[in-house]
Amino acid sequence: MIEVHDLTKQYGPVTAIRDVSFTVAPGEIVGFLGPNGAGKTTTMRILAGFMPATRGTARVAGYDVFRESLQVRRRIGYLPENVPLYTELRVGPYLEFVAEVKGVPRAERRRRVADVLERCRIADVAHRRIGTLSKGYRQRVGLAQALVGDPAVLILDEPTIGLDPRQIAEIRALIKSLAGRHTVILSTHILPEVAMVCSGVIIINRGVIVAQGPIDRLVEEFFPTARVQVQLEGPREAVREGLRKIPGVLAVHDAPGADGAAGFVVEAPRGRDVRAEVFRLAAEQRWPLTELRRVGATLEEVFIRVVAGEEPAPEAEPAEAAR
Amino acid sequence: MRVWPIFKKEMRLYFASPIAWVILTIFLLVAGYFFYAIFSFFTLASMQAAMNPALARDLNVTDGVMRPLFSNMSVILLLLMPLVTMRLFAEERRSGTLELLLTYPVRDGAVLLGKYLAALVVYALMLALTLTYPALVAAFARLEWGPLVTGYLGLLLMGAAFLAVGLFASALTENQIVASLVTFGILLLFWVVGWSADYVGGSWGRVLSHLSLLEHFDGFTKGVIDTRDVVYFVNFTGLALFLTLRALEARRWRG
Repeated sequence: MIEVHDLTKQYGPVTAIRDVSFTVAPGEIVGFLGPNGAGKTTTMRILAGFMPATRGTARVAGYDVFRESLQVRRRIGYLPENVPLYTELRVGPYLEFVAEVKGVPRAERRRRVADVLERCRIADVAHRRIGTLSKGYRQRVGLAQALVGDPAVLILDEPTIGLDPRQIAEIRALIKSLAGRHTVILSTHILPEVAMVCSGVIIINRGVIVAQGPIDRLVEEFFPTARVQVQLEGPREAVREGLRKIPGVLAVHDAPGADGAAGFVVEAPRGRDVRAEVFRLAAEQRWPLTELRRVGATLEEVFIRVVAGEEPAPEAEPAEAAR
Repeated sequence: MRVWPIFKKEMRLYFASPIAWVILTIFLLVAGYFFYAIFSFFTLASMQAAMNPALARDLNVTDGVMRPLFSNMSVILLLLMPLVTMRLFAEERRSGTLELLLTYPVRDGAVLLGKYLAALVVYALMLALTLTYPALVAAFARLEWGPLVTGYLGLLLMGAAFLAVGLFASALTENQIVASLVTFGILLLFWVVGWSADYVGGSWGRVLSHLSLLEHFDGFTKGVIDTRDVVYFVNFTGLALFLTLRALEARRWRG
């Protein structure tokens, strides 16, 4: 549905994005991640047909965003980063204007507007002037204008920024409900949000794509081991030695607990659960066991690792490095 | 071309904010004052003429009231029209709504036309409300309808040119004050450029006087519709709108 190929954008001497390529399949929800200034907004603006790329091509629904801009714009709903709205207009008339401009036939206009008012839960403020609305409501009006006319592709730049936790949950649910019917690309820096809403992620850093794919595959790629967080109250070195001797353990790292107590992270190959052995070790040595839990590597850790510039090393044996 | 929805939206914005109301009020207030002053002066002159019939020969309502009123109104417009258009693109650019507007499936030309027509309607409304002045005159004196109609036609054509320049300036910046200053500067230059025609002389002098907005407006107030004047204003407007469209499209080409 979205095909981006070697997209490059330069603002004068500054390169905002370089050779960005990715595809988004129909009905998929993809999270577009990156630190501030990484090039997310630039990429989205190009996709929305607001500005051209310096090099490369981008196609939305089969149409070139530059040469067939109008065809593309008929098929997208776009929510820019800071939700620009006409503050003097009332919500209802504003959405009717958007519907009209997007070419929704007169007969359907009222129904479609009522529909998005309902879906974005802003029907109760339909008669209010946009300028008098709170940030959360404005955000939802912005989302509503993107949804009017049921576009096949939605480009949402930071759709949940500035909302309170309950509103965030609502917007997430709304976006999640779009899967299948719409193709969505959304940018955010709230990583748990991506894990909850998106089927895949694209991580961009300093204008270059550093990782992309389904979340679990990325996690596996960057963190190929199973890890267990352990806290044992015993002589530090003896505990470390004991843990390392458990069959299958690849590495033991220091991971102090919040209260400053000695803690360790035990790494083992994926699929190998060492928790029973850790417990046995504690019992044999009569060391009080105060914590024992599996820690999955999260998208957050993947993000920090790729954005910090560390090369992923899936081939290298982590155990080798530890010894 | 989806001009209509853009037009409607602009009209809503004009009247949802105080801009249109304030401009209408100020314009009517100042124009009304001028009308009052001119008409009072004319009344005084008529009374003197009643005692001295020799003076009365040169006295008529068109030359005595309407022409001075038209030329006064044209100066007020020179000052006020930049304020009518300054918002149209500059404000949308500043608030970011232009980004959204230009990613809707509308051509840049439709956006431009919708905005221009809205400004034109606001202006036509300003003019229409001043029709009360000739109506008052007609209640007390015999009014010549021909020069009245051509006078208003002249104001309409000249105002249309003002608005086109204003739209162009507004498309260049995100600052409304800059937009209105640039508009005012351009219009003022075209207004006064004919003044130097006399001492430049020769063919350059003719070029300068042909460029002047003022020269082309004058005929209309006398009741003359010269096609050269009409063509001048139409070209002026067309060129300004064309440049505005280019300014909007520049964004799409600046890789």
